[in-house]
Amino acid sequence: MLYPIAIRIGAAMLMGAISLQPSPLFVLGQAPPVPDRVEFNRDVRPILSDACFYCHGPDASHRQAGLRLDDREDAMAHQAFTPGNAIDSLLIQRIESDDSDAIMPPPESNKKLTPRQKEVLKRWIAQGAEYQNHWSYDPIRRPEVPDTENAIDFLVRKRLNGLGLKPSPEADRRTLIRRLYSDLIGLPPTPDAVNAFVDNPFEEDRYERLVEGLLSDEHYGEQMAMHWLDAVRFADTIGYHSDNPRNVWPYRDYVIRSFNSNKSFDRFTIEQIAGDLLPDADQETRVGSCFNRLLLTTEEGGAQPKDYESRMLADRVRAIGTIWLGQTTGCAQCHDHKFDPFTARDFYSLGAFFADIQEGIIAPREEGMAVMSVEQRSRLKQLDEALADARKQFDAIATQLEDAQKAWEKEITEATVILPELAPDASSDEAQKKLAKSVAEGLRASHRTSQQIQDIQKYYRSLAVAPFADERSRWQQAEKERNDFYRGLPKCIVTKSTDKKRPVRLLPRGNWMDESGELVQPAFPAYLPQPDLRGRTLTRLDLAQWLVSSEHPLTARVIMNRLWKQFFGMGLSKVLDDLGAQGELPVHPELLDFLASEFIASGWDMKHMVRLIVSSKTYRQVATVTPELALIDPYNREHARQSAFRGEAEIIRDYALKVSGLLDDRIGGPSVKPYQPDRYWENLNFPPRTYVADTQEGQYRRGLYAWWQRTYLHPSLLAFDAPSREECCAERVRSNIPQQALVLLNDPTYVEAARALAARILREGPRSKRERIQWGMREVLQRPARDEEVETLLELLSKHEERYEASPDAAKALLQVGLSSTPSEETWIELAAWTHVARVLLNLHETITRS
Amino acid sequence: MTVPDPYVLQTLLGRRKMLARGTIGSVALASLIHSGTSNASDDVASSSGSRGILKSLPLPQRAKRVIWLTMAGGPSHLELFDHKPKLTELNGTPMPESFTQGQQLAQLQGEKLFCLGPMFPFERYGSQGTEISRLLPHIGSVIDDVCLVRSMTTDAINHDPAHMFMNTGSQIAGRPSMGAWVNYGLGSESEDLPGFVVLVSTGKGRSPQPIAARQWSHGFLPSRYQGVQLRSQGEAVLYLSNPNGVTREQQGIDVDAIQSLNRQQDLVQHDPEIAARIAQYEMAFQMQASVPELMDASLETKETMEMYGCEPGDGSFASNCVLARRLAERGVRFIQLYHRDWDHHSLLREELPLRAREVDQASAALIKDLKHRGMFDDTLIVWTGEFGRTPMSQANKGPIGRDHHNRSMSMWLAGAGIRGGMVYGATDELGYAAVENVCSVHDLHATMLHRLGIQHDAFTFKFQGLDFKLTGVEGAKVLEDILAS
Repeated sequence: MLYPIAIRIGAAMLMGAISLQPSPLFVLGQAPPVPDRVEFNRDVRPILSDACFYCHGPDASHRQAGLRLDDREDAMAHQAFTPGNAIDSLLIQRIESDDSDAIMPPPESNKKLTPRQKEVLKRWIAQGAEYQNHWSYDPIRRPEVPDTENAIDFLVRKRLNGLGLKPSPEADRRTLIRRLYSDLIGLPPTPDAVNAFVDNPFEEDRYERLVEGLLSDEHYGEQMAMHWLDAVRFADTIGYHSDNPRNVWPYRDYVIRSFNSNKSFDRFTIEQIAGDLLPDADQETRVGSCFNRLLLTTEEGGAQPKDYESRMLADRVRAIGTIWLGQTTGCAQCHDHKFDPFTARDFYSLGAFFADIQEGIIAPREEGMAVMSVEQRSRLKQLDEALADARKQFDAIATQLEDAQKAWEKEITEATVILPELAPDASSDEAQKKLAKSVAEGLRASHRTSQQIQDIQKYYRSLAVAPFADERSRWQQAEKERNDFYRGLPKCIVTKSTDKKRPVRLLPRGNWMDESGELVQPAFPAYLPQPDLRGRTLTRLDLAQWLVSSEHPLTARVIMNRLWKQFFGMGLSKVLDDLGAQGELPVHPELLDFLASEFIASGWDMKHMVRLIVSSKTYRQVATVTPELALIDPYNREHARQSAFRGEAEIIRDYALKVSGLLDDRIGGPSVKPYQPDRYWENLNFPPRTYVADTQEGQYRRGLYAWWQRTYLHPSLLAFDAPSREECCAERVRSNIPQQALVLLNDPTYVEAARALAARILREGPRSKRERIQWGMREVLQRPARDEEVETLLELLSKHEERYEASPDAAKALLQVGLSSTPSEETWIELAAWTHVARVLLNLHETITRS
Repeated sequence: MTVPDPYVLQTLLGRRKMLARGTIGSVALASLIHSGTSNASDDVASSSGSRGILKSLPLPQRAKRVIWLTMAGGPSHLELFDHKPKLTELNGTPMPESFTQGQQLAQLQGEKLFCLGPMFPFERYGSQGTEISRLLPHIGSVIDDVCLVRSMTTDAINHDPAHMFMNTGSQIAGRPSMGAWVNYGLGSESEDLPGFVVLVSTGKGRSPQPIAARQWSHGFLPSRYQGVQLRSQGEAVLYLSNPNGVTREQQGIDVDAIQSLNRQQDLVQHDPEIAARIAQYEMAFQMQASVPELMDASLETKETMEMYGCEPGDGSFASNCVLARRLAERGVRFIQLYHRDWDHHSLLREELPLRAREVDQASAALIKDLKHRGMFDDTLIVWTGEFGRTPMSQANKGPIGRDHHNRSMSMWLAGAGIRGGMVYGATDELGYAAVENVCSVHDLHATMLHRLGIQHDAFTFKFQGLDFKLTGVEGAKVLEDILAS
């Protein structure tokens, strides 16, 4: 997600200045001075890209006057500028022109250069008009860092020194443990855990031990998965039109397991893109390859396969672009990219990597592969063997059966009876009906097709036969047992490769009806490193390996930039899905390069990187904004402090369930259905669906497991900015809207959590009201209550006690919200009143904020 | 919070202090505060109506608000608005190949194609004798206030992409809807209602096409611009009602305590988001009162309800039209109604009159009612489906119907200085393709924005490094000819 204001009005005033090399502190609201020595990537490219490249950039078909300004030689060949001589350069004359026909950018572009931008361009030409490669396409350069301190701290502080800023002090321990729990496992610590951490003065390495404990906690995988699932657009439904379900949840569990076992990120990448093509492919890697199937699909009658083939190709290219490359690729579906060197040919060549995936284009998704534990696999093997055995015995009587079948055929044809499966009131399943239909046709036919001959035999032996009852029932029993067992197994749609690849054409202007474009083969974007793989057709495995090769300049930077955001609230380059020309030069390029190089050097070790980040002093600072920092670095790009931000939708839910004691924190399994307002799905169709909320533990599982219906995402999650996952989402927005208040106040999940928390306070807490409030506050916020807060809540408590004493039925009604059982009558008034106390606690800004 | 919102920034710095220090000009500050927000948190301005990103409008603002009547499924222009006697002549004969050669069709692809004459008679209405269906006598009665466009085209031929295209100008999921764009640009005048409201009704017919919530999504714009669906059954707004056993007074006690504790925390923590949070609780609490009052159509006169042809709370399209007017009166910027079940691949003869009856009287009543209240001149009304239907019959889905069609469709606009009584554009003699004044969905969007005072090609939002526009990159034109003022 981008910040248009920050860019449009703030670029000069707010952001640009602090991204400069250390320079005198600027004052908010004033354009920073043009640096003495202008740098192309830092100062010039953003201006040219935004104001000029649209017509004078990489897209040849849209280029005006043949001039491109993204290439120095080409620009000079067109006499755009004379290095060293700004005044006589055409570029400067045109941007300074008063003539509306001559001025650049032209008025109809609605772009206008500021005086500062013009000055930058002048100074740049005067200083020789030197170009630099775009930073993210250059190899990753590891900066010099000392062994003696955390490299992140070293690099951050080096810059702070230059800016004349001091880091903030370390946060207090309660804040630190709360922050670590939130960032690493997405749950609040218990007061006991806080006490142990805060009160033990003898343990030198308690912070490190806490970090290690959390990194090996199985909820760590869930927390990391939540972000990854956004990126890959994981959802339980297909997305288009009927938005029907599909079997994908084992992939979610695969992601959780991968993070928990700290699978190296290169392997993780390869398994997802090409888990089916690996020499050592197994169930696990195949489930990983479900990634390729997570795109939007349709079942809409009347939809055109070619249309959706093109949509699906584009969807996958955008996914690779967003998740690994940090490049916006979508526009190249119709034309060469206007700002980056990504061409339409690159687009379709990248799409061609996926042309081998076997799938229906306009069709329901298949049931998918059975995903089995070791025990289940051996059980299935047993059942298969038993079935084969029974079948063998049945077939042993084949000759007799054949004779009997002939007699049966004669009899039934003459009798012209209707097969029982075809009777209007038959209870047979669809497969049986289909078989019977074929048999009926075959029996009537003068000349049977081979399919009909097979079907008749199959029908006779499975459904019709009367003699040999024992053999048959043994066989059928074995078959039923096997099938019942198989049906109960989890399924996951996975990638299967086919030799019959879909031909991929370059579509002129992205038009799928135009088949005049040439056929393309899989290829890597031409502007990125090209390994020597000549002489064979490239595969998805090549693509995956290329993405995580140590020479690749983008992947490690993209992943580390996203990881940074998880722990500081914002990326080092703030546009997480675009490290191209229109993205942002990282505020701290050295730091991003350090993280990227360390990530690769460590063997793509994710836990190592997380550990490195959270162990830094930079991470451990207070989030408090001093007036000085508010003025100089309001967006905290320099990390002279930590940032506070609201928790994600799922985490807010988990928090309430956890502190109320309702949370069922088991890992994995089919998606669950929390309470949802009636009729929320009423506009779904084909078929119409009624949402049935879970009636058991499923109701109290973590938000990560909530059923993800793309066209109607659960409204509580939606209110707190969970993405619909129709497109890959590198970064969630964080809004603050009234619907959030309505959810926390009125959604039965939160009302039930409030009454459960109230019950805990009364059951587990001390005796006096005052102490109970203090106890509850500690449970929810892990800090002592201030006197003023206690007074506020005591007052609130007595008001509600009064109301419920006057109206005990109302108390009872409140205590019936949710599945939890209603307590005995003598406690109603007290419990209902305390439910309001708990409700207030769950609604506090502090409760839902990580600071 | 990632990037603080200008409002937050203001709180952070203290407006007075900033001004006193003279570090920022008051003009710059105002622009900082009022020019909308980043994606971050909401500003409190929305609790007293909110300013949009556009500080000044380049064009005169003829429309203060939009009421968009979406006939979901694709109503047949050939039965309703575009009379083709030639089609009657050729009824049952093969469709001339010159029309259809090399064209993509939806469910008729690869089928033998036959002409289907209009199944219902047309009649002339209004001072210009405009021909429209006898199924729409009420719309006929206000035809002099309406500009009928017979030359609209679209890019998509399936429902889901076609709706996306009509609402967001793109067939890719995840782009902002027009209602979100307009609120982003202009803000909302309502103090206690969302600026973009959606109402859905369903014909009493068969199985209607699904509608995805993405049709009113904020896409990449800040979340507060998303459309909020008001539902006629159950809670009008999701989670609007207090839990059982909690009175409004008690809800107020809790909200007061939450606000008070948040303020206490603000003194310790100095988190500017807290002020925004407090404002949102205030607005939520207000909405809990204002929405039920809004939804209570029993406050309307009997005459009004008769004019629209509905009973309070019956969930009909007509009821939603009454609500649309009530929303318009309360300052809601963008009101979009969906009426489902216009997808007549089959049963055209049986079903179309039913849909027509469900919307005809109320559509016309809305125009009359707004005129009566002096709101017609600054309200833009748009009536359209997501695509048209083929002049060829479709018989492979049961009793005869027509297939999806994107090369011609009819729609109408009214109010806000739109030229009344006009017919704009025309299709060929069989109604297959628009041939005169051909216009696109992007043209429609450009024209709608123009009525709102917004210059469409200068109205952008930076996303993924690109300046996105509602009207896309291919260029769009304002339909100047249909504007009276």
